[in-house]
Amino acid sequence: MESLRRILALIRKELLAILKDPRSRFTVLGPPVIQALVFGYAATYDLNKVRYAVYDQDRSEASRQFLADMDGSGTFRRVANLRDQREIGPLIDSRRVLIVVRMGQDFERCLLSGQPADVQVIADGRNSNTAGTALNYIGTIADNFNARWQQTHGGPSPPVQAVPRAWYNPNLETRWFMVPGMIGMLTLVQMVIITAMSVAREREQGTFDQLLVTPFRPIEIMIGKSVPSILIGLVQVTMVLTLALFWFKIPFQGSLFTLYFGALLFLIAAVGIGLMVSSVAATMQQALLGSFLTIMPFAMLSGLNTPISNMPREVQYVTLINPLRYVISIIHRVFLEAASFRGIASDLWPLVLIALFSQSVAIWVFRRRLI
Amino acid sequence: METRFAGEPGTDSSRINPRRVRSLIRKEFVQIIRDPSSIAIALVLPVFLILLIGYGLSLDVKEVPVAVVLENPTPESASLAGAFRLSDYFKVTEATSMQEAVKLIRDLKVDGIVRLSQDFDRQLASGGAPVQLIVRGVDANRGRFIQGYAQGALQQWTNQRAVSEAAPSVGSARLQTRMWFNEAVDSHYFLVPGLVVLIMTLTGALLTALVMAREWEQGTLEALFVTPVRAGEILIGKILPYFLLGMAGLFLTASAGRFLFHVPLRGSTFILAAVSALYLLVALGFGLLISSTTRNQFVAGQITIIATFLPAVFLSGFIFDLTGVPRAVQFVSYLLPARYYVSFLQTIFLAGNVWSVILPNSAVMLVMLLILFALTLRKTKKRLN
Repeated sequence: MESLRRILALIRKELLAILKDPRSRFTVLGPPVIQALVFGYAATYDLNKVRYAVYDQDRSEASRQFLADMDGSGTFRRVANLRDQREIGPLIDSRRVLIVVRMGQDFERCLLSGQPADVQVIADGRNSNTAGTALNYIGTIADNFNARWQQTHGGPSPPVQAVPRAWYNPNLETRWFMVPGMIGMLTLVQMVIITAMSVAREREQGTFDQLLVTPFRPIEIMIGKSVPSILIGLVQVTMVLTLALFWFKIPFQGSLFTLYFGALLFLIAAVGIGLMVSSVAATMQQALLGSFLTIMPFAMLSGLNTPISNMPREVQYVTLINPLRYVISIIHRVFLEAASFRGIASDLWPLVLIALFSQSVAIWVFRRRLI
Repeated sequence: METRFAGEPGTDSSRINPRRVRSLIRKEFVQIIRDPSSIAIALVLPVFLILLIGYGLSLDVKEVPVAVVLENPTPESASLAGAFRLSDYFKVTEATSMQEAVKLIRDLKVDGIVRLSQDFDRQLASGGAPVQLIVRGVDANRGRFIQGYAQGALQQWTNQRAVSEAAPSVGSARLQTRMWFNEAVDSHYFLVPGLVVLIMTLTGALLTALVMAREWEQGTLEALFVTPVRAGEILIGKILPYFLLGMAGLFLTASAGRFLFHVPLRGSTFILAAVSALYLLVALGFGLLISSTTRNQFVAGQITIIATFLPAVFLSGFIFDLTGVPRAVQFVSYLLPARYYVSFLQTIFLAGNVWSVILPNSAVMLVMLLILFALTLRKTKKRLN
């Protein structure tokens, strides 16, 4: 009972330390929202308004039709009609266009005489991912053009027709993937830094020693340091979640309870990692840089930027200790797939292990330092 | 709130004194060497990132697990299933019913389903058998690539079939795609320039912001103010060591890109170094400005990460293309130096010395540099009563 009262007092003091300074209050509450908002718009692989140029040497009905398909797709925006081959180089070099489409003089003639008619597509490969996506879009446009051409020119109807469907995200919007994922990414950054810094600040200013001569036991100090960060984390989760639901209007399919349960486990693990960092850091600078060194690989290997299944096998094993990987999977599955507790069990227990491990290591290191 | 100091000693304060600057720089270097964490950020982190990004990350989709549902196995449908099995992009699990496949996709065992229905053969004969392609759309980008590959596999099967049946040929448009600057579509080509940006931003902005904020917080900067040292000298003393660390990071990353990942440097090394120096100074200026505005390590650290590092990943065009984003977000990205540096780097590495890209981007960074330093100098300048 006495212990509980002490812990509550410590929690109150911690919350005051973080929230009383208006600038520090803003840095824990403002950025998650601003970032989720900005990155929600920017972090997308979906292309639209891609600038392209046309060098149409044929100027036939068929070539015009093909270009109309491109212009009408909404993905591409024609910004130049070229009259000379030599214009292509400078236009791409200077990044004025991403794509140049070129059709030779015999485009329509080839089509009519039953031969393959070449469409040359040149893409700026400086960002090969964007270029690859754009080429994929053009591939689809060409397929549709061909199907229509065959139909209207007495060709055999294609033996099979693909009927594509995307489950859980019917229009394949990257935002549905990114914004919920941000809940994990942004809170990880904040949790580790806030926790590590709050201990390091006391160390640097000497107040940690004062705390140690009080009747507090190490575990009470740890709880007193963890709970405020976790509370702030829950507020951040709620803010980003609200943004996802009501600003970006991403449909939430699962249960809020399941989502918060997973998020809570994750926050405990993240705070534990922050405590681990702070237990080895002597100064605030070391704590911050240490946090950074931990956050960075976690963020890179979380599966949000690049899929984990694309990584080499050894690196995939490394991701198994990454709490961010599990929480992002939990959020996606609950958010978009309406997964139940049983469905996300395989992501929950690793989080429990990571939380237990990191918190115990931190307590152990702190206790050793005391003796 | 500026702290005001007593009038400074009557030294010549209008000129920068090289001797004083030299000893300030020496002091900074000693601090860097004593504190392992700055070395970690400046040298260990780049190496770590190079290895991680170089060997760990890949956007190239391969061996996607898919379930092929053959509701009624016949030679025709088996041959279509074979097209998926032969493709390098897919790892096929066979299922005999849709229920089985749905369970697989729900349990995350597969990322897509190809369904050939009960009367596939009959529909094929009557011209036009629907093939249901379902992908897990959670990761939209991956989903789209999987769809693309699946349609490619269908197309290939169709073509082979057309050849063997000698159907009357009708012309069709055939794409001949070329990816300039990166013919082999190697994702290292765009990751390495992005890596340079990350490393320069980290050493430039984060490290400086922290170091300077600590001096403010602990009052050692105020101690410096009562000495004859001038604000400009303090800034030079702070900038130069971290500038050198940043350039070392650039050298490290560029060499790793060249020799480990075989990413070409098609432009001139000199221009790369010169414009990188410019960006590094901008990043340093940003770090200094943040630290002298906040004077608090916690807030400075948070703001630097939020204002420089995360945007360098998300808002610079390094991974995500920015042409389609809303105007307001575009506007924000134009305020960030990283955007200009990414564009420059991708060009100098992969396309060469394209002046129409290099000059405007450098000009913007130069203007940013001037503004930042003017602001920082004003913030740092001691107040004379």
